[in-house]
Amino acid sequence: MINKNGTLPDLPPPSTNIGVIGWLRNNLFPSPLNTLLTFFAIYIIYLVIVPTVDWAFLNSNWVGESRDACTGGGACWVFISARFDLFMYGFYPESEYWRINLAFAILVLLLVLLNIRQVPQRGWLAAFTLICYPVITFYLFSGGVFGLDPVDTSKWGGLSLTLILSGVGIVASLPLGVILALGRNSQMPIVKAASIVFIEFWRGVPLITVLFMSSVMLPLFLPEGTSFDKLLRAMIGIVLFESAYMAEVVRGGLAAIPRGQYEAAKALGLNYWKSMALIILPQALKLVIPGIVNTFIALFKDTTLVLIIGLFDLLTTIEAGFKDSHWLGYALEGYVFAALVYWIFCFSMSRYSQHLERKLSTGHAR
Amino acid sequence: MAVKRQPNDAPAKAAFWRRPVFRSAVFQVLLVLGVVYVGNALLNNTLYNLEQRGISTGFDFMSNAAGFGIVQTLIDYQETDTFGRTFLVGLLNTILVSVLGIFFATIIGFIMGVARLSKNWLIAKLAMVYIETFRNIPLLLQILFWYFIVLNKLPLPRQSMDLGGVIFLNKRGLSLPSPVFEPGFWVVGAAILLAVVLVFLIVRWAHIRQEQTGHQFHTVYASLAMLIGLPLLVFFAAGSPVSWEIPALKGFNFKGGFVVIPELAALLLALSIYTAAFIAEAVRSGILAVSHGQTEAAYALGLRPGITLRLVIIPQALRVIIPQLTSQYLNLTKNSSLATAVGYPDLVSVFAGTTLNQTGQAIEVIAMTMAVYLSISLSISLFMNWYNRKKQLVER
Amino acid sequence: MKKIFAFTSAVALLTSISATAFAGATLEAVKKKGFIQCGVNTGVPGFAGTDDKGTWRGIDVDVCRAAAAAVFGDASKVQYTPLTAKERFTALQSGEIDILSRNTTWTLTRDTSLGLNFAGVNYYDGQGFMVKKSLGVNSAKELDGASFCIQAGTTTELNLTDYFRSNNMAYTPITFDTSPETAAAFDAGRCDALTSDQSQLYALRIQLKDPEGAVVLPEIISKEPLGPVVRQGDDEWFNIVRWSLYAMVNAEELGVTSENVDQMAASSKDPNILRLLGQEGIKGKGMGLEDNWAVNIIKQVGNYGEIFERNVGQGSPLKIARGINQLWNKGGIQYAPPIR
Repeated sequence: MINKNGTLPDLPPPSTNIGVIGWLRNNLFPSPLNTLLTFFAIYIIYLVIVPTVDWAFLNSNWVGESRDACTGGGACWVFISARFDLFMYGFYPESEYWRINLAFAILVLLLVLLNIRQVPQRGWLAAFTLICYPVITFYLFSGGVFGLDPVDTSKWGGLSLTLILSGVGIVASLPLGVILALGRNSQMPIVKAASIVFIEFWRGVPLITVLFMSSVMLPLFLPEGTSFDKLLRAMIGIVLFESAYMAEVVRGGLAAIPRGQYEAAKALGLNYWKSMALIILPQALKLVIPGIVNTFIALFKDTTLVLIIGLFDLLTTIEAGFKDSHWLGYALEGYVFAALVYWIFCFSMSRYSQHLERKLSTGHAR
Repeated sequence: MAVKRQPNDAPAKAAFWRRPVFRSAVFQVLLVLGVVYVGNALLNNTLYNLEQRGISTGFDFMSNAAGFGIVQTLIDYQETDTFGRTFLVGLLNTILVSVLGIFFATIIGFIMGVARLSKNWLIAKLAMVYIETFRNIPLLLQILFWYFIVLNKLPLPRQSMDLGGVIFLNKRGLSLPSPVFEPGFWVVGAAILLAVVLVFLIVRWAHIRQEQTGHQFHTVYASLAMLIGLPLLVFFAAGSPVSWEIPALKGFNFKGGFVVIPELAALLLALSIYTAAFIAEAVRSGILAVSHGQTEAAYALGLRPGITLRLVIIPQALRVIIPQLTSQYLNLTKNSSLATAVGYPDLVSVFAGTTLNQTGQAIEVIAMTMAVYLSISLSISLFMNWYNRKKQLVER
Repeated sequence: MKKIFAFTSAVALLTSISATAFAGATLEAVKKKGFIQCGVNTGVPGFAGTDDKGTWRGIDVDVCRAAAAAVFGDASKVQYTPLTAKERFTALQSGEIDILSRNTTWTLTRDTSLGLNFAGVNYYDGQGFMVKKSLGVNSAKELDGASFCIQAGTTTELNLTDYFRSNNMAYTPITFDTSPETAAAFDAGRCDALTSDQSQLYALRIQLKDPEGAVVLPEIISKEPLGPVVRQGDDEWFNIVRWSLYAMVNAEELGVTSENVDQMAASSKDPNILRLLGQEGIKGKGMGLEDNWAVNIIKQVGNYGEIFERNVGQGSPLKIARGINQLWNKGGIQYAPPIR
């Protein structure tokens, strides 16, 4: 067996360098130290996995109505299933659940459409999602029109409240953030200073003091007789807080636009607002979509802080659940379920944002 | 604009209201007026509301007796002390948890960040699982979870786990022996100071010598010997002027010694684990940002791997890491305010919580709290900017 | 733009959302919106809390329901705002709620310097201690050096300090934001004793994993009259809340219950009963209410004895004895001015 050019054919690599063994050797046991580390890692995994599987699956109970069904000694997921509706919808009247479901179904539909390239007029669709959809959702949730029963905001709760808080936070803070970012980049010293003070103020204080402020102090700032509900107050706090972070994200996008674009816009004779609206912002905003998604993830996690001002979001509802005397002692199940829900949302969004980053970075590398 | 061209060929002048300078002036005046108007309206409303509702104002309350107890105080505090003192107690507790949190988060974060890039597949994956899990679960949930674990898995004081009869662990916290310094202890303190000065001198000398002769000198071992050996020597020579106060079970709880309360432990655990996940990502991106060519170039110059890491990779990686690290430190400090969820007596819990409630003076209390966080944030970011600039200057 | 935009748009938005003028016009505003906004505790069994269906129940909740029955003839026309101890007074001051019925202690400071008025007392309480039986403690005097779980921002915190200082004992306070958190920490063994209003101790006791393993100590270290609160300066509304409460106490004294109220109104010969039930005398006119306001309260909510037994007494898991909350002529101090 001699090749055409007279050399012997290459021998296959030694069996220890390929296949399973080779992979193991290269990736797990390349050196004595690494071997030690591998065994250490295996030990850690063993320590974590075995009791977890035992608790969560092998000894757990899944079906039942009350705590009497919890006999396994492990996790009692009956707690979650018995109170599932409460965790998802809060105190929202049961007969009206379809309204929440509908609102989120529309959202999912819109998001799917927005991510399909073939859909025509995606720009308008995006505008609809950002502007019209929140209005529709608001009326779906609160009712009072088209024969829908009004539902007071104090009854909103659970995961749907978490989604509303973070959704409103991000949608309302975007325009504010854009204005602040433009202000910070402005040539006008007073505008610039005002924007910097505003941004740095909100970025410098913890969200929890902002929520305290909006829940305890806001009523004192407004004219006598003006009152609005707790949810709205919390939302105002969140939006102001988030707009500062959003401004910094947008500013990052503005900085990434080459000077030539500004100059070209000027050369075309466009004034400031037109050049921003038609040339700079469309490019900058597209660049910062991953940043916006990341801000959204942070906000989504931060909404749990409303627990401290007594709004019934997902975490609060779950906490209230296992502090109820019927379900006392199932805190771990509650925490694990909450963690799982938050993790699924945040992880998938962060993967989405990485995907976008990869997709958008092509052609924009400087 | 049909403006006649001037004979001296100056560019056409637009009507004055169209000039950018005029426009921006008007715009800014309007902005100032608007801010003043809104600010004034808010102030008036507030003053009117306060008066109307009979809520007292001013900072007089700061000198009133607080009347409530606080579980962990770094400075001496009695129930008869003032609200002003509670502010200080809360502030110190916030600083304590932030500093400890930053310390642990940095260590865990660097280890995890390096592990994430390990050639060992299992270690890398384990680090990835760690990062992706803890990054994507809300911090508040983690704090509550750890607090729950700490409270439910540890024994009651009477069944404490103990370590050699001096360290005790139970639901009420970790009781450690605390040192009691005797009069002669200042000698040891002086020795430590002396050692630091000596180490500084040695390092400078070694540096100068290397510049001049090219000979290297291992300052690390010499410094360590100096820092540990000298104080130890003086300590024994002075006849061990320290005694230990050992915690003991008296009545219901352990008395004496130093106690790490479970609230602090849970908060610290959650803060460092959560922030470490972000720091790990920063470290990873920093190391990846240093191109492989740098390593190869260093090897080509004959530098050994350890030195390559120390002199080539780390300084360059730090430039990427530090800005991200700064914002994580800031986040951690601000996040420490979640202490109120588990009852750790930090500034928000003690001052913006209990004090606010007992005095009812929301505006003053919240404003002071916000001012504290603002100044902490601004000073950390100023310091980091300075450090950052110093590092960045190394670049051509 | 920027800042102006942020503020003006926020302010404009807010003012347009819902403006409830409150000076002297709470009744009118309440009638217009069609329900009473009631501030309650986030969850203390027997006082305020939601069942599995999300319906609010409790003795504090019933005070608001009584006021709704008086105003609308329908006790269900109440919306609830769960409040933490921190927020409760601001919520009332700002007009967010119409009645604060959240086991709030009536004190001089609160009555006079917060712009509020206490409309009565629906539960006479006092601060006590709960400990684990295994601790082997029989009196609060033996608690020297113990650690205590307390709810932050309450009178409890100050009373505790006073008590221990006057008895020259040491203690460690561990404070939490809400009472469920406090109870959970006590249950887990974070502290030796839990201190709170006695009624709450019983309520929290049934929330423990092992209620039998905990005892409430006999000492009561403070007076805690708990009652509904309204804003100062609206006497009409103040009267409605106060007399809704008194109507229930009077009904018990006169033997009118939710079951026999219709029959009593039709056939009773007792002028006191007839006046209470709007058959004689001034009726509801002075308060701007219907004549049968008290009938509605008693029929839909019950008399004081009924709401007590249903929420915290023998008809409830708490099984608290009437004690000083018994009527004045039966050995307690619950006493309502006559309706005439």
